[in-house]
Parts: sequence; structure tokens; C-alpha cells
Amino acid sequence: MNSDAYPACPVPGSSDGSRITLAHGEGGRLMRSMLRDGILPIFGIDAGRAGDATAVPIQGGRIAFATDGYVVSPLFFPGGDIGKLAVFGTVNDLAVSGATPRWLSLGLVIEEGLPWETLEAVLRSAAASADEAGVRIVTGDTKVVPRGTVDALFITTSGIGEPVEPEPVGPTGLRPGDELLVTNSIARHGIAVMAARDGLAIEPRPSSDCASLVPAIEALRGAGLPPRAMRDATRGGVAAVLHEWAAESRLTMSIDETLVPVDPTVAAVCELLGLDPLHVANEGTMVVAVSAGDVEPALAALRTTDVARGATRIGRVIGRQSAPVIVTRGLGRPLPLDEPLGAPMPRIC
Amino acid sequence: MCLAVPGRVVRWIEVDPISAIAEVEFGAVHRICHMACVPDAVPGDFVIVHAGVAISILDTDQADRLLTDLASALPSQMDASPAIIPERQTGEHRIDRDTESPRGG
Amino acid sequence: MQYLNDFRDPKLARGLVERIRCRATRRWTLMEVCGGQTHSLLRHGIDSELADVVEMIHGPGCPVCVTPSRSIDLAIALSRSPGVLLTSFGDMLRVPGSDGSLLDSRAAGGEVVGVYSPLESLRLAKEDPSRQVVFFAVGFETTAPATAVAIRQAARDGVHNFSLLVSHVTVLPAMRKLAEEADRRLDGFLAAGHVCAVTGFERYQALVDDYRTPIVVTGFEPVDLLVGIDRCVELLEAGRAELSNAYGRTVQSGGNPEAQRIVEEVYQVVDAPWRGFGPIAGGGLRLRDAYRDFDAEFRFAEQLDGSRAVVGESSVCRSGDVLAGRIKPTQCEAFGTRCRPESPLGAPMVSSEGACAAYYRYANHSRTVVTTIEKPEPRPS
Repeated sequence: MNSDAYPACPVPGSSDGSRITLAHGEGGRLMRSMLRDGILPIFGIDAGRAGDATAVPIQGGRIAFATDGYVVSPLFFPGGDIGKLAVFGTVNDLAVSGATPRWLSLGLVIEEGLPWETLEAVLRSAAASADEAGVRIVTGDTKVVPRGTVDALFITTSGIGEPVEPEPVGPTGLRPGDELLVTNSIARHGIAVMAARDGLAIEPRPSSDCASLVPAIEALRGAGLPPRAMRDATRGGVAAVLHEWAAESRLTMSIDETLVPVDPTVAAVCELLGLDPLHVANEGTMVVAVSAGDVEPALAALRTTDVARGATRIGRVIGRQSAPVIVTRGLGRPLPLDEPLGAPMPRIC
Repeated sequence: MCLAVPGRVVRWIEVDPISAIAEVEFGAVHRICHMACVPDAVPGDFVIVHAGVAISILDTDQADRLLTDLASALPSQMDASPAIIPERQTGEHRIDRDTESPRGG
Repeated sequence: MQYLNDFRDPKLARGLVERIRCRATRRWTLMEVCGGQTHSLLRHGIDSELADVVEMIHGPGCPVCVTPSRSIDLAIALSRSPGVLLTSFGDMLRVPGSDGSLLDSRAAGGEVVGVYSPLESLRLAKEDPSRQVVFFAVGFETTAPATAVAIRQAARDGVHNFSLLVSHVTVLPAMRKLAEEADRRLDGFLAAGHVCAVTGFERYQALVDDYRTPIVVTGFEPVDLLVGIDRCVELLEAGRAELSNAYGRTVQSGGNPEAQRIVEEVYQVVDAPWRGFGPIAGGGLRLRDAYRDFDAEFRFAEQLDGSRAVVGESSVCRSGDVLAGRIKPTQCEAFGTRCRPESPLGAPMVSSEGACAAYYRYANHSRTVVTTIEKPEPRPS
């Protein structure tokens, strides 16, 4: 390791551009001081009481448990950063499974040389996001790995939530005639990250939708409208959710492209890059299925929240057709919607 | 391999036979595009941009004329049959028709 | 977006569908030359809408599809050379050569980046002079101006760590070969609008005269495609073999002379192999000697020495017949079974513009539908 490039003894929390070194991950005094003076205060954890595990109170006899890993380049993008993403991502996984998110763990894998300032900004963002979502980060882990073995910073979060009654029936409970909603305009996260990453030099930069879906789900519950199924439309976008639901319910998801809301900036970038917004990732937008009679009250309830202000109906569940997912485009002919294959790539073909 | 999209020239940034560039507006976003192939384009013109390079100037008169001609030549079809028209949403969450991807060759 | 959405108007499109139906007294067979047109036809269901009066045969279309394995193998070899960063358009990265794709090469340690524009590659070269940046220049005449302006700028600015691996192809000679080989099944051509925006279409007159086949220069949005088909059917019904431009807002008869001048300055026409077609006289471009220093094949001749073997394509895959319009993708034994977008045998299944991929995505592809019902859902790997 070329230690000359770094200050001999970086002081965690300083703002002089000091960097994280391998030594910060090796369990000694440097690591202890980084945790005690740098990381734990951000999450309001008393260093004297930080052990290897944390006991948390939980109601009822069951918990909901979720985990996810977060790798995004760049770490900061319009509308969010990897810290916010790591908190809201797992919060949303719990929330759409029908649980109230309560407790989170936060695991950091840091590439040596990452400026402390960068890490601190990410952690402060994670802490603020946890506050907003009403969850506490109660345990964590820090590893520092040699340069080149990870891309700046990877984060894993695991979350514990309390299941809410009644549980959502999930996609296996979908019925023909159920209606499909999205909670906001789609494809904002994927396009924001792509535009930030690929040197496209597009102005204005589209902004990610990275947000907690908890308020939207609580609004539905508050209105006495438990959804039949809900899922955050992350990688693979809305199309991936519809394909999963079609596979699990053995029904066909039929949507009308002309009803799907897309922001003008996102739409323009999709035109330039030749991408279909239905295939692009979201991080604060979900697909919700409700019974036919619940559409209007559900939309009204969702639209009272910031995260679902753009809620709208995009289609319905129908009996199984030859294609699992059908999209009707402008010309009015229903056509199969393909399942996303991998990450959408800018293309000119 | 010919995805090409029309954009409106906002302003020239560099006038040079080799490295000509201009700011071009594509709906809600702007991007810098290479203009060496369309030296005569002026702000307000629409250019067809492929892979970051403007490859031709769009003849807006022709475009408008085609649309007008079609609209008048196809009167009976202007009231489209409701049987094959999907229901439209009205209000603020109206679809932005920009979502479909153009492809070109 | 202006001049894009107007040409997706469903009412105009449906009016045109009706007009074509009324016009046709028999079923005509047309070939759309460009893969972008294939995609638009299938994406909007235009081909099924018109199936009773027009059979659309999907032409060579996509330059990614016709890029020979050998070129991809060279690109892969470069991506594995120390100090070289290989860049290209996103779709090109997925296309298999004789042993894997550029994405496979990246997974195995090759340096590969997908870009939106060759000018982005040039910028990457300027930002890091210690690294050799190669742009894998594929594409029809539409794309040649973009790679030409990038290399002119590199030459003027003395960016000596930038070069092109050129595999550009030209459409007109391939159309002639198609017209010769199409067993007289083709009644008319829809020419590729954005190619013509650069080249113009005067040179197509010889093809019209030689084969007594109407050619209509056509755009890509639903209304444009239908206007092109309508014009072609009108000519056929009147028994007129003529050249016509249905994409006048973008295409002038002489094309864009300035773009042609720039391409001519940088490139010269050569014979080139097309994947699935074999060699086509005058079917490709190479850098002129004045730009030889920016030719990756010349600059990295030593590194590429071992990668020049010509390897045959898969024997099951009938991409050659598909590209030549002799069969529909669904008529290939491997379609939707052994050959799928996640495990393609031939190039037309790889590129999102390829005829097989377009069929797999949008068409009511009977083989795949049967698979879908009887077996578990196809899932991404």
C-alpha cells in the first residue's frame, strides 16, 4: 500500500480531505476511534453501549426480515446517494411486504482511499433517511478493502419490521378484474443514475425518485384499502414487476402505455438513448393492485402523500392470455411486453 | 443502428469546420451536439441527431405539410373507432407521448 | 417532443391503415431495409394490422447484426491488450463473436465501456493520455459521419491515444444483392430513411430500373412507416416501378453533401464481409491512408496477429436466411428454444434491432408462446 499518498494518521471526522485507509478496518485503535468519533455519533449510538449485537423490542410473535446490497456508481446522483438508497431500499422491501419497518443494520465495505468526507456525507444521508422513514439503525459493520477490489463503497442493510394485520394477500391472490396502479411517474431512478454516470452531458439532469414508500402504504391502510398486492418497481422497472406477478398469479397483466406517467425529462432521455421507461429502475415508486371498486378511493388516498402524488391507474389484471404481460400502445393493438433481459444500456440501434 | 432524434438548435457554441458544436433542445432536456455536418443550421432549426452528431436539417415545412395533407385526406378516420382506442386519462397525469422509443436506420 | 410525437398520432395511423387496406387489390410483399423500421413495425403492431394486404419481410436492418465475427474477435483481442480501453455502442457489446461477446470479455478482465457517441470515446482519451482508447466503429452510412468527425478532431488535436477499429458497412450494395437473391418474391423496398438523410437516394434509381422494383424512402415513426407502405402499395397497384421519397422532412434527394464530404475525406469504400451474407462488393468502409495512424488494426497490428482466423457461424442458426428475408425468424428451428435473447446463437437475436430479437419481443411468436404455457416462465438469468 502506498501510504505516502495519505496522511499518516487521518483523524476521523476531520474535513481536511483525509482518507480511509486499510488500517481503519483492521480492528485497532484507528478503527475504534473512527467508529467512536466518526460513525456512531451520526446514528446517535452511544459508543459505550455499542456491543456486537443489539436487543430490540418487537410486538407480536413474528417479524418481517429483509436484506439487500447496494452498489451504485456514482455514489451521489441527482435526487439521492448510496446512503439514502440503502436505507429506503430495505425500508421499501419491508413496507411492500406488509410490515412496518422498525430496525436496520448497516454494513459498509469501503475501498481504501475513500475520502472521509465522502463517507460522512453518505452516512449522514443514511441517518436522515432512517429518521424520515421512522426506523433506527441499531447495528453495523465496517470493512476496508484494498483499492480496486470494490468500487468506492458498497453498503448492505438488513431490516426488521413488524407485520401489519391484515397481511397483503400478494400476487397469488390477484383476480381477473383487479386494477393496476403506479404510485408516481416511472423510470426516474435508472435514468438519473445513467445520466449522471455516462457523461451524457444532459441538462437538466433528471432526478431519482429515491424515497420511502411507507407514507403511501400507510395512507392506503388509513383509508381502509389494503392493496391486493404491491411491489416497488426497482431493477427491471414496472415490466419486471408485472412479469413476476403474471408468473405467480398465472394471470395476464394488461397495461395501456398511454396511461403510464413519465416525466418529460425522463421521456426525453429515453428517446435519446432508445430505452423503454417500462424497463428502467425506480427506487420510490411501486406497482399496486387493488380490486376494481377500490381504484378511485385508493388513488385519492395515495395522492395525499408526497411520494405517491402522481398515483394513477395503468391497466388491469385479466385472464391468462398467450402472453403474460400485454401492453397497448398508441395504435390500440395489444402486444406482448417483453421481460427485461439485463440492465438497460444506452444504444443507438 | 440509426436511432436519430429531432432536436431544436438553441445556440451555436463553437463555429469551426472540425469541432463545431451547438446546444440542442430535445423536448425537456438540452445536450451539446456536434454540428460539423450541418454548418448552415441556425438557432431555431430542427436537426436530426444520431450518436451525438447532427446529420441533417429537418424541413419543417415538409413536416407540417405532410401532417396537414394527411389530416385532410383522411377525414373519415379522424374520429377513431372507440373499439380500438384505449381509454385515455385526462388531467395532470396525462401520458407524455414521448415515452415511445424511435428507432431509425 | 416536436416532430416526433406528431408522427405517432394514432388517428392518422389508423386512417393510413384503412387507406392501405382500401388501396390493395392483392397481398404485396415489401421489405423494410432497416432494423429500426422492423422494431417500430412490430412494437406498434403495424405488421399484424396490415397482414391481410401486406407481408413485411425484414431486411438486413441492423449493422450490429451484420458485423462479422472476425471484427468482434479483433475488438475482444484489443480489449484484452494491456493499456487499451475498448469502447462501442451499447448494443454492440452483447453481440457474440466466435468466442463470446465484448461483455464476456469485460467479465474476464477486458477493458470495455459502452458509450452513446464516438465523441465520448474521444473525450475519454483526452482525459487519460496514459491509456489507448479504441472506438469500435460499426454502423451504416448514418453512423459513419459521427465516427468521421471524431477521428478528424483527434487528428487535428493530436490525440494519439485514440483510434478506430472500423467495421462500417454500406447499405446500397447489400440491397442490390438482396434484390438479386430474393427469388423475385419482393415486390418493393422501403429504404432506410436515416441512411438516406446522409447519402441521398439518387443512386437507388439504378436499382429501381434494373429490377423493376419500387423503392420508397421511409422514416421510423408509425405514421412515417405507414406513409411509406401506402406510397409503395400505390405504386405497385399502378404498376409503376419508381423511386419515391416518403420521408421528405429529413431526406433530400442528394442527402447531406457536407456529411458526405466528411465521410469521403476520412473513409474509402472497400469490399466487406457481412455476417450472414458473405462478402459484398463495395459493402464496407475503411480509413484512408491519411488517417492510417488512427486505424487500430494498424496501430495494434502486433497484438492482433493471433486473432485473424476466420471462424464459421453456428450451423443450426439460420440468421443468413433471416437477414436475406428468405425465412421469418419463427421458421428457424432454434428460434425461442435454443436461441433466445439471453443465449443467442446468431446476431439478429442479440441486437435489440435484430429481426429475431424483435420477433421474440413483440410478435405473437407461436414457438415461444407454446413454450411459455407448457414450461415455467422464462426468467432472466
